[in-house]
Amino acid sequence: MAQPSTAQPPADVVIETRGLTKQYRGTLAVDGLDLRVPRGSVFGFLGPNGSGKTTTIRMLMGLIAPTAGSARVLGSPMPRAGRSVLPRVGALIEGPALYGFLSGRDNLLRYDSADPTADPRTRKARVAGALDRVGLSAAAGKRAKAYSLGMKQRLGLAAALLQPRELLVLDEPTNGLDPQGMREIRGLVRELAADGTTVFLSSHLLDEIEQVCTHAAVMARGRLITQGPVAELAAGTRGRLAVTGPDPAQAARVLAVHGVTGLTTDGQRVTGDLPADPPDLAEINAALVAAGVRVRGFGLERASLEDAFVALTGEGFDVAG
Amino acid sequence: MSRAEPRAGQPGPPPAGDATGGRTDTGADAGVVAGPATGPAAGPVAVRAPRPGWTLGLFRSELVTVFRRRRTQALFAVLAGVPLLVGIAVRIETRNGGSLGGGGRGDGGPAFIEQVSNNGLFLTFAGLAATLPFFLPMAVGVVAGDSIAGEANAGTLRYLLVAPAGRTRLLVAKYVSVLAFCLAATLVAAVSALIVGFALFPVGDVTTLSGTSISLSAGMARALLIALLVAASLVGIGALGLFISTLTDSGIGAMATTVGLLITVQIVDSFPQLHVVQPYLFTHYWLSFADILRDPVSWTGIGKNLGLQALYAAVFGSAAWARFTSRDITA
Repeated sequence: MAQPSTAQPPADVVIETRGLTKQYRGTLAVDGLDLRVPRGSVFGFLGPNGSGKTTTIRMLMGLIAPTAGSARVLGSPMPRAGRSVLPRVGALIEGPALYGFLSGRDNLLRYDSADPTADPRTRKARVAGALDRVGLSAAAGKRAKAYSLGMKQRLGLAAALLQPRELLVLDEPTNGLDPQGMREIRGLVRELAADGTTVFLSSHLLDEIEQVCTHAAVMARGRLITQGPVAELAAGTRGRLAVTGPDPAQAARVLAVHGVTGLTTDGQRVTGDLPADPPDLAEINAALVAAGVRVRGFGLERASLEDAFVALTGEGFDVAG
Repeated sequence: MSRAEPRAGQPGPPPAGDATGGRTDTGADAGVVAGPATGPAAGPVAVRAPRPGWTLGLFRSELVTVFRRRRTQALFAVLAGVPLLVGIAVRIETRNGGSLGGGGRGDGGPAFIEQVSNNGLFLTFAGLAATLPFFLPMAVGVVAGDSIAGEANAGTLRYLLVAPAGRTRLLVAKYVSVLAFCLAATLVAAVSALIVGFALFPVGDVTTLSGTSISLSAGMARALLIALLVAASLVGIGALGLFISTLTDSGIGAMATTVGLLITVQIVDSFPQLHVVQPYLFTHYWLSFADILRDPVSWTGIGKNLGLQALYAAVFGSAAWARFTSRDITA
């Protein structure tokens, strides 16, 4: 019965922007963005701090009006269709914001009562469920003022999970969390995605995106640099062959004979780029063994998203745009 | 509503799975049922339609949020304390049976203060006359100034708007809560004065400003009417504060600006040389509530006051709406 709807082209895309642009007093925060987020994906929205991610999210959520261009969320134009679109979207924007004098539970009750489609009869149960889901049940009665940053982040996530959502927009959801909390959030994101929710996840942490996302877009200085499935983005840069063993010098010699270029030796580890027309890796391995090179590890290292990013932008990732 | 689902004629209780709060697959199933994307809004969770009573829920949430703030409770404490102080001061002054200042300070203290020692009910009038020029409007300025700007400052505004509360609706809810605060604040001052007056002084028939005498119960009815008029006198500054609140992301800034404007207006209203503008100042007819204590009641000043308050509410309410519905929420 439940199949991912694939028939209608518009239903395939949950977020689509055309030439989306936002100008703040002369500076272009977002410049001609054409973004397509496929339904059912976990979409990583990647870029250094200040690259325009949050501005884009605010435009998608109807909080700010674009200077030019258009945005469609769940098939309807934003911000015009906000009243019908936003109840189906859960959002965490630029960190959680809470009423410090209210308890965690009362914060959620307040946010839920602002949703026109939320049923007041199930409100308490849904709030309890959301608190449970982010592991905050025990602290639900405490004033939010006393929460740690990680707890606030969880409460913000709980607010996004008060209703079943079609789309979750999570802006830097693991900010302020310890490694254990980050792992929990990643698990939660995977779980939600498995339920069919599209998750739009912005982050400046590459490994976070790489671990959970199926698709990604990269922004720098307000412009979209690339977007697509994570595997394709990483494939844009070829992987490197890595050989580990106690005879790195000999290994390098054998590899050079087989056309491997750009060889670098780092202790016992030799890495190099395969030629454009790569030979069978098994042949290279056999050649190493035949030459009496002792090999402990042998394999192709897939390019990471970080390599892809550096290749695309030609600069380090942490440079603020 | 934009999404009148043909088959959801009833308000549509959510799928049973909702009640558990857990995300069951009902949401996703429903989406496939609603499948063929004929309308722009058709999609997995599209079955949910806005509920008729939700605006009331938003209002209630707004009121609870305003009244649970420590600051609101502190303001109430101050407003309850003023009549208490006035009552105790008058009681000490007149302890030996003397009358208060013997007319020498006729216009030194608030109106009605001389009659308090003879009739405790007058403490209600005196208390309102003492708090209306500054304490009450200051309290309203604080609450109204903070209403939007404070939420923007805390960042909670963006979450209310993506919930989505709707900008117009949220603004109306905010103004309603400000008006509720005007009424509650006035009643706190009035009831405190009533209790203190009855506790410290003799009570009896009320002598009106026209010299006639009315029964105590009629006097109390007029006291209630006065309290309502005083609350209505705060409608204008409430709208002004709300407008200022939409201009900035700083709650403190909006409060300070509103209270500063109040003081400026009070000063302008006290210079005879500026009489040309005075009829347009929202404070100008505030003390007209005393006309309730005439026999018969004189309605002219009261009518002017109410009309002016309505004008302020309309002008600054529209300005607040125009600003708030078009502005970028960047906080």
